[in-house]
Amino acid sequence: MIKALIVGLFTTLKHFFRRSITMKYPEEKWTPPERFRGRHVFLTDDEGKPLCIACGLCVRACPCECIELESEKNPDGPGKVVTGYSINYLRCCFCGLCVEVCPKDAIRQGKEFELAAYDKESLIMDMDTLLDKGVNAR
Amino acid sequence: MIVEILLQIIKIIAIFAVVMGCVAYLTLMERKCLGFFQIRLGPNRVGPWGLLQPVADGIKLFFKEDMTVLHANKFYFILAPVISLVAVLFCFAVVPFAGNVYIIDIPVAVLYLMAISSMGVYGVLLAGWSSNNKYSAMGGYRATAQMISYEIPLALAIVGVLILSRSMSIVDIVNAQKGMWNIVKQPLGFIIYLVCTFAETNRCPFDLYECENELVAGYQTEYSSMKFALFYMGEYAHIFLASCLITLFYLGGWNGPVLPALLWFFMKVFFCAFCFIWVRATYPRFRYDQLMNLSWKVMLPLAFLNLIVTAIIVVMF
Repeated sequence: MIKALIVGLFTTLKHFFRRSITMKYPEEKWTPPERFRGRHVFLTDDEGKPLCIACGLCVRACPCECIELESEKNPDGPGKVVTGYSINYLRCCFCGLCVEVCPKDAIRQGKEFELAAYDKESLIMDMDTLLDKGVNAR
Repeated sequence: MIVEILLQIIKIIAIFAVVMGCVAYLTLMERKCLGFFQIRLGPNRVGPWGLLQPVADGIKLFFKEDMTVLHANKFYFILAPVISLVAVLFCFAVVPFAGNVYIIDIPVAVLYLMAISSMGVYGVLLAGWSSNNKYSAMGGYRATAQMISYEIPLALAIVGVLILSRSMSIVDIVNAQKGMWNIVKQPLGFIIYLVCTFAETNRCPFDLYECENELVAGYQTEYSSMKFALFYMGEYAHIFLASCLITLFYLGGWNGPVLPALLWFFMKVFFCAFCFIWVRATYPRFRYDQLMNLSWKVMLPLAFLNLIVTAIIVVMF
């Protein structure tokens, strides 16, 4: 029994000198995995226009009802253009159904995961914030 | 005359400050070391390497709401944490830090230590009883039984040291260890003393009277704010005292080559404190009947054996 006690003490002592596995979070950051489902990005074509055709499928698919979409008739051609798009991150559950349902791959989930804020308004993000500015490239 | 009294008061304040400072940093040391044992970092946000953490803890505890539960016996409820801290702080009156750094060196220092440190059990028992809460009461009863059981082998182990040094003054005990430390002469006594000290300071693996999974928090269940902080300080002061006493009785006190005496003393004390944390990080808690069996069926006979053998050897040779 006494031998076991001493072996136990040395096992913990070995751990004492091991390198800590704690990540000092705000200073060093975790790299999210490739298929990480973080904050959404709104993708654009080469000219910088949103790929979205304002079909509204994501609005219907969303179980949290957190997506709002505004659109108007396309003045230059067929279809519609999106004029306003916002996701309410107070409600979003990051299920990814909007991404799956999108026929044009216009919305993706990016790698941004730091979604803490001091006021609720800043978590209702509009199209400008969601637009892919090259940070979260495909 | 007045100058002498003033000097004495300054000495008391200085040693009190040192003790309380060590106690505060012992809490940080415990959290840091436990972190390292569990491959974590421990507190590192407040100040460099978390060095200001005890200050932050203190400020936080000051500003907590000071509650006294309605069904408690108010007088004893407030008295209990005071007793448990004061009983420990009184002991530092006779604990020498180095050959000439102590408040007083009385010829019956060990007896005084045993008497005063036993008072601590009243703090715990009264806290448990006056809270008027079954978990607190059970914690208090356990504490009483445990402390009384472990004080006997503890005292018997010290008697071995007293026989060797032929004095009850701690300064004499340390001076008697100049050539060889008592840990060499009294290995069995040292182990008995160590185990009993862990039980006395209610540390793991004998922290039965505040074991969370059975008793919520034992006798401290109803305490908050500074009253809780007093218990906390008492507990860590007790660990510091126990480390000092292990050093003084068995590890040769401030004796050591080259380095100054005070440095040797504190190195040894903090090594002992580290051992307390090390043991906490390693062993699980005892069951209550195992705890009692260990005290009465193992520690007590061994302590007697150690005492008899020491006495025979001292008389014969």
